[in-house]
Amino acid sequence: MLRTQKLGEADRIVTLLTRHRGRLRAVAKGVRRTSSRFGGRLEPFMHVDLQIAEGRSLDVITQVETLSPFGATIGSDYRVYTAGTSMLETAERLVGEEGEPAVQQYLLLVGALRSLSTARHDPSLILDSFLLRSLSVAGYAPSFDACARCGAEGPHRSFNPASGGMLCTACRLPGSANPAPDTVALMSGLLTGDWANAEASDARARREASGLVAAYLQWHLERGLRSLVFVDR
Amino acid sequence: MYEGIVQDLIDELGRLPGVGPKSAQRIAFYILDADPGDVRRLAEVLTVVKEKVRFCITCGNVAESEQCRICADPRRDLSMLCVVEESKDVVAVERTREFRGRYHVLGGAISPIEGIGPDELRVKELMQRLADDTVTEVILATDPNLEGEATATYLTRLLRPLGLRVTRLASGLPVGGDLEYADEVTLGRAFEGRRSIDD
Repeated sequence: MLRTQKLGEADRIVTLLTRHRGRLRAVAKGVRRTSSRFGGRLEPFMHVDLQIAEGRSLDVITQVETLSPFGATIGSDYRVYTAGTSMLETAERLVGEEGEPAVQQYLLLVGALRSLSTARHDPSLILDSFLLRSLSVAGYAPSFDACARCGAEGPHRSFNPASGGMLCTACRLPGSANPAPDTVALMSGLLTGDWANAEASDARARREASGLVAAYLQWHLERGLRSLVFVDR
Repeated sequence: MYEGIVQDLIDELGRLPGVGPKSAQRIAFYILDADPGDVRRLAEVLTVVKEKVRFCITCGNVAESEQCRICADPRRDLSMLCVVEESKDVVAVERTREFRGRYHVLGGAISPIEGIGPDELRVKELMQRLADDTVTEVILATDPNLEGEATATYLTRLLRPLGLRVTRLASGLPVGGDLEYADEVTLGRAFEGRRSIDD
């Protein structure tokens, strides 16, 4: 479950990311009534098994069963909630077409929500890791070692979101950032899933990495994420 | 398409929430058929409501004067404050006749995905109201959905250092329902919040 919008008196339009059909929108009838049989199953973050009937303009949800109630744990911690919301928004934006399968994005999101709800790592690190990986799946993988323009072997010192990652001295563009080597190592670790190193990073590197990841995401999405400014780091 | 003013009326009615083009047409023709006195009364109420109704300077509820009826009522318990999302929720809690304290209307719930953060809500006003020691208990009565829960968690974090009693409305099984139809989250909450029947 990615997002819900109120519809009419007691209904909601819900946006879902599904395993086989990518992003979908469907109507949950009567879900806002306290007597609704859907109850809390159709809230954002919930991982559910659904039966959907094809409607004329919008599909209608007829049955729901919970697979993992991520929403219950994520909603009870404000830091986790704000990080999670940005993940949902990113997934919605990166899966462009409705109805186009996006299995990798789906699996990535479910995995990220699971680790958020079990508090396996710091929520801010999980978010940055998810953002980098989700961008990679969508075809915007950043390069943290080889130069993103000429391919020269790294490590390099300049980072430029528009060019797709690190740049060598010869390719360096004006306006590029010069992150600390620790920060580059952290971002690379978050992209590849090297959690041991990521957890060992210090607050300064995490802050710098978050800023660069946000800039990278912003550049590739063209329009910034609404929820990213609210993330409680 | 209808001629001039009739189409204008349909267009204006169609802008109301939950009113589609067909309903707008139906309402427009009802108005055309209706007694002129009824229509005039409706028009007057619409004009007056925009002129007179404003938001209570204390709690943010809809009011006809500077303060709403509840805030101006001296019989209300000043030590209890119930925090709700919308004015509609004040009416819902009032209907229970269980609560004699006062309210604070936030004006919505935190929803980052829609660009609504704590600064967009009346959180600062809430903190100002709690600055003196009159209020001893704050009841968080935001909606029992994800945004409402997140708003309650955010407020709890803010209110705890003030040394107040902070409570959250209970969630659980609806009265008159069947246990087997309860979803896992609701039933889980009901278990968490179970209470001893001896007290």
